[in-house]
Amino acid sequence: MSWADDRRRIRAIAWKDITTERRSKAGFNSVVAFAVTSLVLFGFALGPEARALREAAAGTLWIALLFAGVLAFNRSFHVELEGGALDPLLIYPGRRWTIFAGKLLANLAFVGTILAIVVLVSLTLYQVPVPKAWPSVLLVLVLGTVGLVTLGTFYAAMATRTRAREVLLPLLLFPMLVPVLLAAVSASKALLTGDVMHESGAWIRFLLGYDVVFLTATLLVFEKIIEA
Amino acid sequence: MSLYLAPSRRWTTFGIFAFLFLIASQAYGFTTLPDRDMGHLQKILYVHVPAAWMTFLSFLVVFIYSARYLISKRETDDLLAAAAAEVGATFNGLTLVLGMLWGRPAWGAWWVWDPRLTSTLILFLIFVGYLALRAFVDDPQRRAQWSAAVGIFGAINVPIVYMSVRWWRTLHQIQSSPSTMDPAYVVGLRLNAFAFLFVMIYFIRKRYELARIARATEFAADQVALGGA
Repeated sequence: MSWADDRRRIRAIAWKDITTERRSKAGFNSVVAFAVTSLVLFGFALGPEARALREAAAGTLWIALLFAGVLAFNRSFHVELEGGALDPLLIYPGRRWTIFAGKLLANLAFVGTILAIVVLVSLTLYQVPVPKAWPSVLLVLVLGTVGLVTLGTFYAAMATRTRAREVLLPLLLFPMLVPVLLAAVSASKALLTGDVMHESGAWIRFLLGYDVVFLTATLLVFEKIIEA
Repeated sequence: MSLYLAPSRRWTTFGIFAFLFLIASQAYGFTTLPDRDMGHLQKILYVHVPAAWMTFLSFLVVFIYSARYLISKRETDDLLAAAAAEVGATFNGLTLVLGMLWGRPAWGAWWVWDPRLTSTLILFLIFVGYLALRAFVDDPQRRAQWSAAVGIFGAINVPIVYMSVRWWRTLHQIQSSPSTMDPAYVVGLRLNAFAFLFVMIYFIRKRYELARIARATEFAADQVALGGA
């Protein structure tokens, strides 16, 4: 099996997932609607005062994304399970980690699009001015999403095949994502307020390290959890 | 390989010894002088600190046996990891409760967002997730493989969570830390540490025996249902 074969396989799986989602749109639309609704509800919980909203914006954005992400990850394997397509997929020749990598890419595209919408809605609803350091904010968003999607896709591969998938996935996933949440929220918060303490750099490196550790770990272990 | 494991008398003796040791350690704790500042409150640390140690130790066992399972594929490794996870979660809960009982009078709050407290709580949630996953998966091989992955990832995450919470706190305000221990109390702490260690080993062993008996029963039932023996 050459690297070119693996790459083709990854692309095929990612493309299949993205196409399914693009054609039906039902999943995507409802997840986006859910994310926006939670942002509105956070707004009610935090009160109409503009300053309080602005300060909480980074936190609410990530919590909304986390919740929406769980719905997305559950879907990503559920569609296949319902159609009985997961077993044939596993029977195809080729290394199993490519299935994970393909799903990961599709989920990145899916959650990345949700993120873009959630960010725009947050900026508007919470009256956050676009900070000068927006490229760094973008980097934080990307790194945080990679961390979220990596573990989300991995845990969904297990949790969606259990009896209690709705509750099990967040139960397994959220404690694992505490570092991502803390790092992404702290870095975004710092950057939005001008980064006077120069702490955003450390958080960005931390996120990068987290992503590398868990990307490697999930790619190595996926083979073991999918075979059963 | 038969999964059935007969409970042995030697382990029962060990269990009796462990609990006697635990009682003796508590008795010793009551004979020591109360702390100058905190009085008898100080003595919660005798049990709180060892409970925390045992939490980490059992999670280490979960990590080692989960990794071993993924390599060896022996079901017994998985059952031992599960036994350690259950005992670890118990000690973890105990650590949190004892810490709160101490924190309320000493710090004036049941809970503070201290890095150590917070990461212990996260660790507890990871354990709970691990046990929930096991409860919701019926196929033994699947259950073993998946919980091994969750156990390994959880263990990898422990230092990362601790670091993230510490940064989160220290970058904003000065970290509060529990008072360090006076040398006079070291004996009480050591005695309890060993008592907890013995109790932990006994609990893990007992859970492991039970798990093997339960699995052997399931296996036998399957055989009968299939028209075998």
